[in-house]
Amino acid sequence: MIGEIILIAILVSAACAIPGVFLVLRKMALMSDAISHAVLPGIVIGFLMTRSLSSPLLFVGAVGTGLLTVILTESLVKTGLVKEDAAIGLVFPALFSIGVILVSRYTGNVHLDIDAVLLGELVFAPLDRISFLGYDIGPRTAWVMGIILLLNIGVLALFFKEMKIATFDPGLSKSLGFSPVLLQYILMISVSITTVGAFDAVGSILVVALMIAPATTAYLLTDDLKTMIILSVIIGIVSSVLGFLIAWALDASAAGAMASMCGVAFLLAFLFAPDRGLLSQIRRKHSQKLEFAVTMLTIHLSHHRSEKQCDLECHEQHLTEHINWDRHFASQVVRKAIGDGMISSSQGLLKLTQAGEQNVKTAMME
Amino acid sequence: MNKELAIDAEDITIAYHEKPVIWDVDFQVPPGIMMAIVGPNGAGKSTLLKGILGLVKLTAGKVGIFGDTYERQRKLVGYVPQRTGVDWDFPTTVLDVVLMGTYGRLGWIKRPGKTEIYQATEALEKVGMRDYSTRQISQLSGGQQQRVFLARALTQDAEIFLMDEPFQGVDAATERTIIAILKELKHAGKTVVAVHHDLQTVPEYFDWVTLLNVRRIAGGPVKEIFTNENLRKTYGGKLSFLEEKESSSPVEITPSKGEQP
Repeated sequence: MIGEIILIAILVSAACAIPGVFLVLRKMALMSDAISHAVLPGIVIGFLMTRSLSSPLLFVGAVGTGLLTVILTESLVKTGLVKEDAAIGLVFPALFSIGVILVSRYTGNVHLDIDAVLLGELVFAPLDRISFLGYDIGPRTAWVMGIILLLNIGVLALFFKEMKIATFDPGLSKSLGFSPVLLQYILMISVSITTVGAFDAVGSILVVALMIAPATTAYLLTDDLKTMIILSVIIGIVSSVLGFLIAWALDASAAGAMASMCGVAFLLAFLFAPDRGLLSQIRRKHSQKLEFAVTMLTIHLSHHRSEKQCDLECHEQHLTEHINWDRHFASQVVRKAIGDGMISSSQGLLKLTQAGEQNVKTAMME
Repeated sequence: MNKELAIDAEDITIAYHEKPVIWDVDFQVPPGIMMAIVGPNGAGKSTLLKGILGLVKLTAGKVGIFGDTYERQRKLVGYVPQRTGVDWDFPTTVLDVVLMGTYGRLGWIKRPGKTEIYQATEALEKVGMRDYSTRQISQLSGGQQQRVFLARALTQDAEIFLMDEPFQGVDAATERTIIAILKELKHAGKTVVAVHHDLQTVPEYFDWVTLLNVRRIAGGPVKEIFTNENLRKTYGGKLSFLEEKESSSPVEITPSKGEQP
């Protein structure tokens, strides 16, 4: 059974990661949150019409209210009276609350409670099975998510170029005949379907984590859209499987652990990503500062070399007084300048080398 | 609609929330010329381009491109939007952005192949950016970004090029490169229309000009139209350029740059 749970976790996180990339690049991360809540009334209405939790009508209803969120939000924004974030914040709680009221009023003792909606029950997912010609062919969620994953891959394979241009430059995209509105709705349908499918297994909160966190993490790690999609799928899969195993070992909430691991993955990338990570940015700043200081030193030396007090000005000891560096930084700069071959030092007296002269010249030219 | 005209726009009105940005503008561009659209901030210059391209809805009027609707003729039109309108942190390379110019010809679903890559590389070569083709776009300077956008428009293989402030915030070298390429396009019989801000360079760069301030003030060959009187009508009294021009000591005075529609 644990194998089936892991399979579901993999399918869910891979399916979520793909539309997540485009949500992040379009700066629409909040929209996934909105849709994941707004599908509730659709599910409930579908259930009330069919009295069954496995009817495809639940899907249709959920995708419908998911899209309704997008439509309502955009028409609010279009009035020019409400900004986009506020519009999202107005629309989805309204729809969600309709769902909550419907659940509490009409669904009584059916298994459709708010907790399950928010948090999902990954561990129970394998219990809901489907059979074909009398044979058990596995958990329903695995099939549903597998199909949704294929759907998302299909959309990506067909419309990769269109999605890319509509996301990067909607103006050009429209002028070339690729309607950005149409593509936006294709993306939103994919987000809605994925959300509803992933719902059972992981609940509406984790869906958001699985869509947004891996994509944001991948964004920090690569400069290429294709790589970003592949990376975010991998990151999603690894963090949810790891999260689940931790939860299993600790007997804790699977959904919670999976979402946490997505957060951990992001934190790691945030700190250690090779180009955009915090550490490499600090390192870059420091080395820029040092490089600038070396240039300043060479200019200082070239200015003062012909003066009488040259011995005084050009002595390592006096850099602290004259350029206002602390002792530690001064010696760091001198060491780097010597290492770079810009200056030479004899008993603390600093002299420009030829390379140093050149450095001064180029610095002064700019 | 006149087939002889590259662009034949009649009675164009564009309004946002009932407030006209462009009011009953006739805009005619014969083929093979370089035209500047000039006017103060908020005159609706970018909006006019967007209206021609179908990017904003026309409240009234119609647009013809060589005698047919834009939708049918879109392959004939290359577009260079304002470079500030896109997210330059988007994870993609210079070559990839230039390749987007070929998407229109490819249509839905088909992917760019060897021919398109060759074409994009050639366009990059033209704008002097070939060595940058694998660069991430976030590493480009403003001038380089504009060159990339121009290269992208070149791969559209269009007859008409509509450019929204191609010289805004670029270095002198880039400005020279761009203008040289535009003149080359003109010599090849293409039509170039650019929103332009620097009045000083209008006679040097362009042969036609349209003066716009919500309404069309005047339009035609620069020699006839680019007069003090017309400029005063376009800009009102607020143009120090005129006094400079009249005292015939040309100093660069431009209305403030960076207009957003």
